[in-house]
Amino acid sequence: MDSSQLLLALAGLLFAMGLLGVAVRRNLLVVLMCMEILVNAVVLSFVSSAARTQTLSGVAMTFFVYVAASCEIALAMAIVVLLVKRRGSLDLSSHRHLKG
Amino acid sequence: MGGLMIVFFSVLAVLFAGLVIALRQPMRSALALVAHMVCLSAIYACLGVHVVAVFQLLIYVGAVMVFMVYTIMLLDDRDDSFRQRFSGSFLPALAILPLLVGGVWQLTERPAGATLPVAAAGGSLFTFASFAGEFMKRYWFHFELATVLLLVGLIAAWTAVREGNHG
Repeated sequence: MDSSQLLLALAGLLFAMGLLGVAVRRNLLVVLMCMEILVNAVVLSFVSSAARTQTLSGVAMTFFVYVAASCEIALAMAIVVLLVKRRGSLDLSSHRHLKG
Repeated sequence: MGGLMIVFFSVLAVLFAGLVIALRQPMRSALALVAHMVCLSAIYACLGVHVVAVFQLLIYVGAVMVFMVYTIMLLDDRDDSFRQRFSGSFLPALAILPLLVGGVWQLTERPAGATLPVAAAGGSLFTFASFAGEFMKRYWFHFELATVLLLVGLIAAWTAVREGNHG
């Protein structure tokens, strides 16, 4: 196995771990952190591909992923603060009334 | 040496990602996530993609995680999610995890001889000067769109808080 395969396998493993965290944790903030692991796994696969092929597009995509992740976290934190203010709990099961 | 460092930081990244999921206190999970991101940044530096390594440190560790730590300090309390970390889907999810990892492993496997070597340190395209020049030449419109997206995100967060306070 060469380094590029190792990094792609690492990205897959991290993605699976992030998905596991989103599925099993009950704390809203930790679920958001696990979503960041998911994003980081995708970024790792972009960067390893860009480094392997020596092209700019993978790194440019990474830049846009970072912008989207920054927007996502700003909005998500605002929503989490509001939810906790209303229900007084970070536990996901106390927000079952939400639809979708 | 570079390959060895990549393996070392990969193991650390997996370890810290596991700690994010396993630790009980959100603040400790956040610190493990910071360590995970620093490990990924070190991997990017080993690959010679210094631009992304610095982005990772500045944007994620420097901005996103500090923001998250502030929110944890604001909201952290010992509710049900603190007493019982995992939901009821823990065992089914844990059972599915090896299948998922195995599937991804199969996807990443390629026939021998079809692999390309990972760039050694110092690919000239990924230095700051050449990246900035090429990026603004090819992706200037996308860059402008990204700034608009950031502005929209800012306004959306502000509106959400404002509406929440009124409602």
